[in-house]
Amino acid sequence: MNTNLALLLILSPFIGFLFNVFLGAKVSKNVSGIVGTLSVVVSFVVTCFFFGTISSHPEGIQISLFDWMQISNLNVNFGFLLDQLSILWLLVVTGIGSLIHIYSISYMHDDEKMHSFFAYLNLFIFFMITLVMGSNLLVMFIGWEGVGLCSYLLIGFWYKNQEYNDAAKKAFIMNRIGDLGLLIGIFILGALFSTLDFVTLKSAIVGATKLDIFWMSVAAFALFIGACGKSAQIPLYTWLPDAMAGPTPVSALIHAATMVTAGIFMITRMNFLFDLAPEVQNIIAIVGAVTALVAATIGLLQNDIKKVLAYSTVSQLGLMFLALGLGAYEVAVFHVITHAFFKACLFLGSGSVIHALHGEQDMRKMGGLKKIMSVTYVTFLLSSLAISGIPPFSGFFSKDEILLVAFEHNTALWAIASLASVMTAFYMFRLLYLTFFGEFRGTEEQKHHLHESPALITFPLIVLAVLATVGGLISLPGNSWLNEYLSPLFAKEVHEAHALGTLEYILMTVAVIGGLIGIGIAYNKYIKQKEVPGADETITGFSKVLYNKYYVDEIYDSVFVKPINGLSRFFRDTVETSLSALVFGLGKITYEISYQGKKVQNGSVGLYLFAFVLGLCAIVSFIFLAQ
Amino acid sequence: MNNILTQIGIENYIFLSVVLFCIGIFGVLYRRNAIIVFMSIEIMLNAVNLLFVAFSTYHQDAQGQVFVFFSMAVAAAEVAVGLAILVSIFRNLGSISIDNLKNLKG
Repeated sequence: MNTNLALLLILSPFIGFLFNVFLGAKVSKNVSGIVGTLSVVVSFVVTCFFFGTISSHPEGIQISLFDWMQISNLNVNFGFLLDQLSILWLLVVTGIGSLIHIYSISYMHDDEKMHSFFAYLNLFIFFMITLVMGSNLLVMFIGWEGVGLCSYLLIGFWYKNQEYNDAAKKAFIMNRIGDLGLLIGIFILGALFSTLDFVTLKSAIVGATKLDIFWMSVAAFALFIGACGKSAQIPLYTWLPDAMAGPTPVSALIHAATMVTAGIFMITRMNFLFDLAPEVQNIIAIVGAVTALVAATIGLLQNDIKKVLAYSTVSQLGLMFLALGLGAYEVAVFHVITHAFFKACLFLGSGSVIHALHGEQDMRKMGGLKKIMSVTYVTFLLSSLAISGIPPFSGFFSKDEILLVAFEHNTALWAIASLASVMTAFYMFRLLYLTFFGEFRGTEEQKHHLHESPALITFPLIVLAVLATVGGLISLPGNSWLNEYLSPLFAKEVHEAHALGTLEYILMTVAVIGGLIGIGIAYNKYIKQKEVPGADETITGFSKVLYNKYYVDEIYDSVFVKPINGLSRFFRDTVETSLSALVFGLGKITYEISYQGKKVQNGSVGLYLFAFVLGLCAIVSFIFLAQ
Repeated sequence: MNNILTQIGIENYIFLSVVLFCIGIFGVLYRRNAIIVFMSIEIMLNAVNLLFVAFSTYHQDAQGQVFVFFSMAVAAAEVAVGLAILVSIFRNLGSISIDNLKNLKG
């Protein structure tokens, strides 16, 4: 029963993918969209069923399909593990996935290749489910690579634009660097424990008396590099902002809500390993905090509506890594969920705006959309309040938990994270004010065509905005359903939900005031003074550095890309040329010799006979002379 | 048997056979008529046969003579095939001069 349901859960999007690949071009756009959506909705329904039954299986449901490979004493099984963590993630993936599919039916309707869009989306959901449900690291790795592939396909969906293709390639290559780390980590764990199964690994590590801590730390670090690539952390984060080249539903689904949280999923899954490597945990916490701050500062001055959201995503992921590094996995998971709600809503809202403006993404050419696009505005406002950490919205609870944990461990990390949060509030409301308030700054023609998006677009927005508003209920401070739900997963005791003491209230107040200050600055600047960011050339000083994203892309370009290009040119022009000269030269010599030798065979039987006799004489005289 | 060799020494047989072989070679090299070339080859073959028999007698060993029978049988077969080829060449080219046989040119 469970096996069949799990297979239905994972194969339903795959069937949708097959349908859209092979029949999508033949049926109408609506049919292809509806089939794509339904296949994900089926998965969501099955996930809900599992969610309902999981309380009777605290150990998780293990489904073993077949033996995949057996190499000496390493036995890899192909199976699924449905426990609290994977079901939670499945709910997010298939739930938000369904909403975004619904949204895409309308959003992509004018695109001639709508069926392949849905095919890729379905394939993505399929691989994401594989990633989440895999019972061991290798099955997870299949999903891990698969979502990377789908991300590549979808970023480069409008492949006629070379810049978009470059962005897709960048995302893929950056991810490959991380994937190498992940693979190395998997190999080390396989060598150490002769198993890759999560459950067996956990019992092996938790129950062991003597462990090779050094190699386990190396493995944890390698896994963290993999997470860095997938979840866009320093130094591998630059692909995510560029990934905004893809259609907006893709940004919402893959690059905000689901795929980029795979790194957090993996680290939470392997929490028993990371708990034993405090050095690696410190690195994770520092990388997370620095990423949160750096991305937030870049986000302050971006003018592309999706770029702001992209840097915001990187920044929020940084906060989640901070929580992971501090060992507060359940807090990171909480933030993943609330972030999925409000960030998907924000992305979809920005998509709605872009849709209304016929592809315009520059906030300097927006403004005044509040009256016309009221549904989009309200949902956007709710999500912005959530991400800024204003109570009682969901982001307040999750972000506050992270800040609390950070304060307990290290005030410096807390300060960095708080600063990032203030900036978050600022740039989100900067975005909101520039987009929805003031006068419309686009062309007359755009103004004429402004319209609220159709119901298929606004429905997901409303659902997500409601979730972003009330999502915090799943983990209220002092009474956390989520912590209790997740507790079977963790090797060590879950933090007691913070009792609400004076310190906690002070920190909460500080965080809220910080958020309000950020909003206040944005209000003062963009509403009271009616400031609009100037053209690119007018930006000077440190703002210019921020506007140009610290020139990180340029630095990477000159440090890595150009030397590698130079090296490959050297190999092409020098090494390959000389090698081919050698090989082709040998061929040429052989050809020349045989060409000359061919002339002897001129067809004259007399000459042949003469050569024959001459040879005979030579042999005879050789025999005699040799004696 | 031995007395033949005592009357006429083995050197004479060798000499005769060398002479015959050389005649054969020069015939092959200088003549253009395929039939003559063919005959010259036969002469060479028989020079070798002669040598075979002479040494067979000299060594008091019948094996050599047995081999000669074999080689004569093979030669007869070869003649049959060779002449058949010549006939067909003549039908095709209207001549049996080996200078005309240039189709094998590389």
